[in-house]
Amino acid sequence: MNKRIITLGLLVLVVLLVQSQTGDVKSKASIKRGKLVYNKYCLTCHQADGGGVPRMNPPLIKTEYVAQDKDRLIGIVLKGFNQPIEINGEEYSNVMASHAFLTDLEVADVLTYVRNSFGNKYAAITPAEVKSVRSKK
Amino acid sequence: MRIICFTLITLFYTSCIAQQSDVVIKVPNGFSTSNVAKDFGRVRHIAVNSNGDVYMKLEKLNNGKGIIRLRDTNKDGKMDDTLKFGNYVGTGIALKDGYLYASSNSEVFRYQLDNQLNIIDTANPEKIITGLVDKRQHASKSITLDNAGNIYVNIGGPSNVCQEQDRQKGAKGMMPCPLLETAGGIWQFKSNKLNQSYAEGVRYATGIRNCVGLDWNNEVNELFITAHGRDMLFQDYPELYDQKKGAELPSETMYMVKKGDDCGWPYVHWDHFQNKKILNPEYGGDGKKTGAENAINPLVGFPGHMAPNALLIYTGNQFPEKYKNGAFVAFHGSWNRAPEHQEGFYVVFVPMKNGKPTGNWEVFANGFSGMEKVTNLSNAKHRPCGLAQGPDGSIYVSDDVKGYVWKIQYNQ
Repeated sequence: MNKRIITLGLLVLVVLLVQSQTGDVKSKASIKRGKLVYNKYCLTCHQADGGGVPRMNPPLIKTEYVAQDKDRLIGIVLKGFNQPIEINGEEYSNVMASHAFLTDLEVADVLTYVRNSFGNKYAAITPAEVKSVRSKK
Repeated sequence: MRIICFTLITLFYTSCIAQQSDVVIKVPNGFSTSNVAKDFGRVRHIAVNSNGDVYMKLEKLNNGKGIIRLRDTNKDGKMDDTLKFGNYVGTGIALKDGYLYASSNSEVFRYQLDNQLNIIDTANPEKIITGLVDKRQHASKSITLDNAGNIYVNIGGPSNVCQEQDRQKGAKGMMPCPLLETAGGIWQFKSNKLNQSYAEGVRYATGIRNCVGLDWNNEVNELFITAHGRDMLFQDYPELYDQKKGAELPSETMYMVKKGDDCGWPYVHWDHFQNKKILNPEYGGDGKKTGAENAINPLVGFPGHMAPNALLIYTGNQFPEKYKNGAFVAFHGSWNRAPEHQEGFYVVFVPMKNGKPTGNWEVFANGFSGMEKVTNLSNAKHRPCGLAQGPDGSIYVSDDVKGYVWKIQYNQ
């Protein structure tokens, strides 16, 4: 009886480990693809280090817009952004165009890349989450 | 003896510290630089009065104030008196005939000075211009004045190239561009009339995307401007402009503009390789087709995206003869060149006579960014933003990253 519980426990542990590793592998692949999307569509304005352009294009380094509310972040990529914004005491004036032409996978990849680069360490974003935000509009 | 040694060492050390700047500004042989201001924040344009007072216009309030005057009361070469006033942010500042003029992003105010060059009432300026377009993008209202009672205000076009959806890849340009009715040009107003807006002003010149630098050229009695060219040629049209071309183009430009002139934005951009006004792809351009044939040509086409934020036509007697009536241009430094490295972050000189360039432009003061090559813009330590000429013919350069001001003088 005792043995069975231990075996079951070990099995669960192994399954969990394998799952988390595939999760890791998955998000690593997503980050890799996301970097290519970033370089093509985001880098010019937000710069290679995610530092942005003072007073024009917001930084992506440890800001609440990147770190918090996934739906809001996905929404900015899909709809663009053109309203007064203050981040860490600085205002930013430039207009961001809509990037709704990117696929759900591309949006998920680029945001997962942004959320795991430039010193950021936040949870991955999935294509399903992007799809859900896109369908809400 | 020991005490004297110690004192000498301490004195030497503190004087080194006092003169220390976090960057080394390189200037031509015979010139020297010194810091006159530090750490005032977002210092945009500057103006220097006949007694040496330095006025700085801030884009971010400093203790609740948007204008700072620095004064050297005991004439020992150091600014020892700081006066802060004005509760609005902005870029433009100018001195003319006993008044200080300063702008927010939608209005222009003026303050009367007394015989001692003190502002009579810092709390109650006259509002001379109001209600100008401020849509955050290209909102700086740079100003300059002529000798006939007029003030000139830059009203930047709140757009990249007036597309149907701003900055949207593939979006067509609007024809005609409706923004030009109230922006994308220079407006002329009376310098002494209250509460003027579009109805009282004159659209002096149009087709100018955003001219942050402007100055009145007293030698030829005309307005000179430096304009920021459009962004995203490579990013939006990689089939027409490769990464290198998109970094170099379009030109940043210097124009002499007369009343009624059109500089061609948003329909064309200047290409300093072809020396032509090239039709923008949003309006059917292919990188070769020309357009806007009625628009004037610039006097100079500089490399792309470097952001000429200030223009100063030099009228002093201190610098060598070649500088007289020439133009200093402060380049704020690019961002739209990425993934190529950034360019600018320096002050250049354009030799001129009778309002026309007499030779190639050259870098005059360099090193503001504090690094050889700027890849990521937010790493640049300083970005030149404003220029002014002092009563002794020295020039001043301001920085809107940390709020430094440098004085550059020529030592015979």
